Amino acid sequence: MSRPGMRERFYAELDAVLDTHQAAVVVLAVIGAAATARTAARHPGRVVDVGIREQAMIGVAGGLALAGLRPVVHTYAPFLVERAYEQLKLDLGHQDVGALLVSTGASYDASTAGRTHQAPADVALVSALPGWTVHAPGHPDELAELVHREAGSSGRAYVRMSTLQNDRAYPVDGRLHLVRDGGGDLPLVVSVGPLLDTVLAATRDLPVRVAYTATPHPLDAAGLRELAGPTPVLAVVEPYLEGTSAHAVAAALADRPSRAVHVGVPRDAELRRYGTPRDHAAAHGLDAAGVRRRVKELLG
Amino acid sequence: MVTTAAVPPEVLDLVARVTGDEKHDPSAHSTLDVVWVLYDQVLRVSADDPDDPDRDRFVLSKGHGPASTYAVLAAKGFFPPEWLDDVASWSSPLGHHPDRTLVPGIEIGSGSLGHGLAIGVGLALGLRGRGSPARVVVLVGDAELDEGSNHEAIAVAGRSGLGNLTCVVVDNHSDRHGWPGGISARFAVEGWAAADLAARDHAALRDALLRTEPDRPTVVVADTTTPPRLARTTGTEEAAR
Repeated sequence: MSRPGMRERFYAELDAVLDTHQAAVVVLAVIGAAATARTAARHPGRVVDVGIREQAMIGVAGGLALAGLRPVVHTYAPFLVERAYEQLKLDLGHQDVGALLVSTGASYDASTAGRTHQAPADVALVSALPGWTVHAPGHPDELAELVHREAGSSGRAYVRMSTLQNDRAYPVDGRLHLVRDGGGDLPLVVSVGPLLDTVLAATRDLPVRVAYTATPHPLDAAGLRELAGPTPVLAVVEPYLEGTSAHAVAAALADRPSRAVHVGVPRDAELRRYGTPRDHAAAHGLDAAGVRRRVKELLG
Repeated sequence: MVTTAAVPPEVLDLVARVTGDEKHDPSAHSTLDVVWVLYDQVLRVSADDPDDPDRDRFVLSKGHGPASTYAVLAAKGFFPPEWLDDVASWSSPLGHHPDRTLVPGIEIGSGSLGHGLAIGVGLALGLRGRGSPARVVVLVGDAELDEGSNHEAIAVAGRSGLGNLTCVVVDNHSDRHGWPGGISARFAVEGWAAADLAARDHAALRDALLRTEPDRPTVVVADTTTPPRLARTTGTEEAAR
């Protein structure tokens, strides 16, 4: 049985976003245009489709922001982040203006489409630029709350949607939340966004605590320090490039002896297979069995 | 009646304070005619209110060689002329590429080529959407047009019917592989109104830069090598041929 996903929810929310936030303007590059056609008709001039021109899409977003508007930019993650990366750096960051970017595709949702439509490095790339907030919601309700909030703000925000999602929504306040306790001394598994249910299944009978965040960047350093304690032993499980948050974790824990394992999409090899996202998760060690293996290594 | 170059000597002196070149370095000068005419006779923007939401925007996309823009902004009072004496020093807000967050009157930070026109399209869309009377004038170089991002922006602007957008191409014939059929034709085929003229012909420049069409963007190709008397304007149809 299929549940409504984040992408459908995003399109469904845009009407309300444009009604609520008078400065918001949606910028598309064909992707999403059909699904938002009625929204565009109801809000003349506030849904701009530049065609298959991602450099122009981000440049236009920068110009709209310079005119005092709030661009909400959407396409596939590789085209949004990688194709137009210098535009993110210069047309938004260097101009010191904001935008809300909402991507679809995540790391390997487009498993049948191959490498061209996959972007496991997106969060690493975006978080390498100054001033960005990265959200990786784990549930359509989280996605909706984040999109509404960020559409009404002025900063640079990247929201990464995924077809993988958790059974229930958790708070999206930017903080790290303990989802499974079990005693303050137990090792901590930090799970980002849509991988939480996988992590919970993988560690069901293991002596670990599990914490959750939908906002990996900036990482809730204070929350991590508090949860990890004076001698942290932790695993960080992320649905994108392995170690993306390693720097932030190391910086947060620099004043204490810690042992950390980072689990994510492997960096060193391109997976030249099609199949399902589930197949890719298994190949990358991001299914429950793979995550369990890595957490057990941490436990020794 | 042709008007030849008439950038006032005091502005030329300001340029020289940046370049430190009494003979006036040609690369610093290639944009001077256009920038001077824009600020002196075309743009509705004032140093008294540089953040006016309805000001006309000058977007210097060709961010290298900003000496003439700095000189004109100083001449128009956006910042003290003393700033021109130590450009690109540690303590100067003026660099070899301009930063909008550091310099009053600079609308975008630029330097990497091919960014300004798409930003200008977004600005024009945003200003039009807000009902602002402001215009957006983007300056690009002929070599800068090599960057494919410009051609994305040219198409989007044309199809969006952005009457409040003007692109000035300062053509000093430095592009690597040339533009068969002419530069303005690349814009005209996308629905832009087009004019070709000599950069030194200030009267023609002023007229072309003041002229807008309600339903389409305008391109002005200003040739820095053409003597003024050879300048001509062309309509869209002719340029598109």
